[in-house]
Amino acid sequence: MSAFQSGPTLEPLRFFIAPFAGCVLAAILLETPLRLWGLRLPEPVFAFVPAFAWAVVRPSVAGPLMLLILGLFLDITSNGHMGLWPLALILAYGFVIVTRPIMSGQAPVMILGWYVASCLLGFSVAYLLTMLSALSTPNLIAVFWQFLVTVALYPLANMLIQRFDDADVRFR
Amino acid sequence: MSFRDGPFNSLKVPLTWAVAAAVVLALAGAAALFMSDRGDTLASASYSPVRKVADQVQKPVSSALAAPVRWVDGGVSGVRGYFFAVSENRRLKRQLKQMNDLKAELAAEKNLNGRYVAMLGLKIDPPIDMVSGRTITDSRGPYANSRLVDVGAEAGVKVGNPALSENGLIGRVVGISPTVSRILMLTDVASRTPVMIERTNARAILTGDGGPNPKLAYLRSREAPHEGDVVVSSGDGGLMPRGLPVGVVAKGLDGGWRVRLASDRGAIDIVRILKFQDFAQLANTARLAEVAKPADMGGQLPATPVPAAPRPVTVTAPAAAPVVAPATRTSVPAASTPPAKTAPAPAPSAAIAKAATPPASGPATPPAKAPVQPVTPAVKAAPPAATIAPATTAPAPPAKASPAPRPPVTRTYQKVETPNAPPVTTGAAAP
Repeated sequence: MSAFQSGPTLEPLRFFIAPFAGCVLAAILLETPLRLWGLRLPEPVFAFVPAFAWAVVRPSVAGPLMLLILGLFLDITSNGHMGLWPLALILAYGFVIVTRPIMSGQAPVMILGWYVASCLLGFSVAYLLTMLSALSTPNLIAVFWQFLVTVALYPLANMLIQRFDDADVRFR
Repeated sequence: MSFRDGPFNSLKVPLTWAVAAAVVLALAGAAALFMSDRGDTLASASYSPVRKVADQVQKPVSSALAAPVRWVDGGVSGVRGYFFAVSENRRLKRQLKQMNDLKAELAAEKNLNGRYVAMLGLKIDPPIDMVSGRTITDSRGPYANSRLVDVGAEAGVKVGNPALSENGLIGRVVGISPTVSRILMLTDVASRTPVMIERTNARAILTGDGGPNPKLAYLRSREAPHEGDVVVSSGDGGLMPRGLPVGVVAKGLDGGWRVRLASDRGAIDIVRILKFQDFAQLANTARLAEVAKPADMGGQLPATPVPAAPRPVTVTAPAAAPVVAPATRTSVPAASTPPAKTAPAPAPSAAIAKAATPPASGPATPPAKAPVQPVTPAVKAAPPAATIAPATTAPAPPAKASPAPRPPVTRTYQKVETPNAPPVTTGAAAP
């Protein structure tokens, strides 16, 4: 029985560790040097899924700390500038926490828009920080494609929210 | 009483503050990490031990995960080869015929080239050792493009070594651990590679931006590049040898010149790393380190100090800040201006002094009383040309070595308005 099938409780193992491990595994898998019909695999930023879902389900002290570790992992494995993804992810998390009172309980389309906005904020922060660190502007088309495949992960975020949304009704 | 009015209601406020504090703390930590990362891709010390350990750990994990993918890929290639064997056979026969024609030409050219080298006594590049490795991971995206290769320091790989696929240059090594190397791809946003267009010898800096086609920045040439021009490494700066195939020129969607990388023609599975360091391997470093003696310079120095000829104003920018000197900072030769208006020459760098200072002679330039100032490799920025003082009384100010000396680059930007004057010469920073 998987961690997600036993019951909607906010145990750290199910709510934090399992999504964290999933993101790590997905990041490693998608770094495989594989070309299919001359095209390389897309590389979405899976960490935006828990960054959004953790903030929507329940504010928690562990959330930003887990995102800090997850972002550092991404920076190290991709040889990115240290601190780039932690800043982007934590700011996206903070944005969702701040807007949570007005967005919780909205229609699914609005929640999708909320997720897109949080990803947009994170990618914008990463773009600006890369400009600062590399003194060069990243390719906008490449940024757009990565943003698009990251937004396409919304069903995963929605699944996580639906799974744990009723686990702690005090924060609905 | 509803649930929200119950005793748990009071829990929300402290938790909100606690989460806010956690967010701020995590942001501060991430910001500190961001600012502490120097991002220097040439210094081996800047590749942190954490990254080295992570690379070492990642090697077995990614190799195990990549193995099934490789098997599938090999199977797909096998099936494709089976079904397209006839067309591939025709293509290879055609290619073989072309290669046979080229082979005879190559032999003749090689013979002729060998004779020229012997006649002219040219010192050509020594053969460079290389080591091959297999790609383990491939990090993509607009913010980072790098690969891990399963050869490292134990195989003699060093930071800065260029890496090639079977089709062309792919990047250079930026981090090493005992059995793994990290290669910064040409497409990475932090990658800068000096290249040249083979047809025109035009120099440029290949600048990655996270996209598949890096930009040709700082392109300097009298002749505009054409689409399809071959781009090779220029070897400038000693980072990598000259002539490594990079790609062909292409017009970007933004209207700028870009490069379609040669390495994109196929999958980058096997990587060759050239054990090329810099020009130091071509020269006798021990001899270069010695202080030049008078006997080595072709004669003895005179016993009396040599009177300093008035030198033209040479504007030297600090190496760390690439500044294009304005038109007012002109280089005026002493022979064409009265001595009273000739500015004192701030001791230029050795390279600039050789390039920019013409031999002063003529009746309008009386000899100065001050002895020749020693020339240092780097000097501080010169004052603007507005501060004019007589050259005959004021000696050149002593040069002050900058804390991090870098060899400046001499560039010619425009001609001086003064008649019979040489072009303006500034010492600008290396890009």
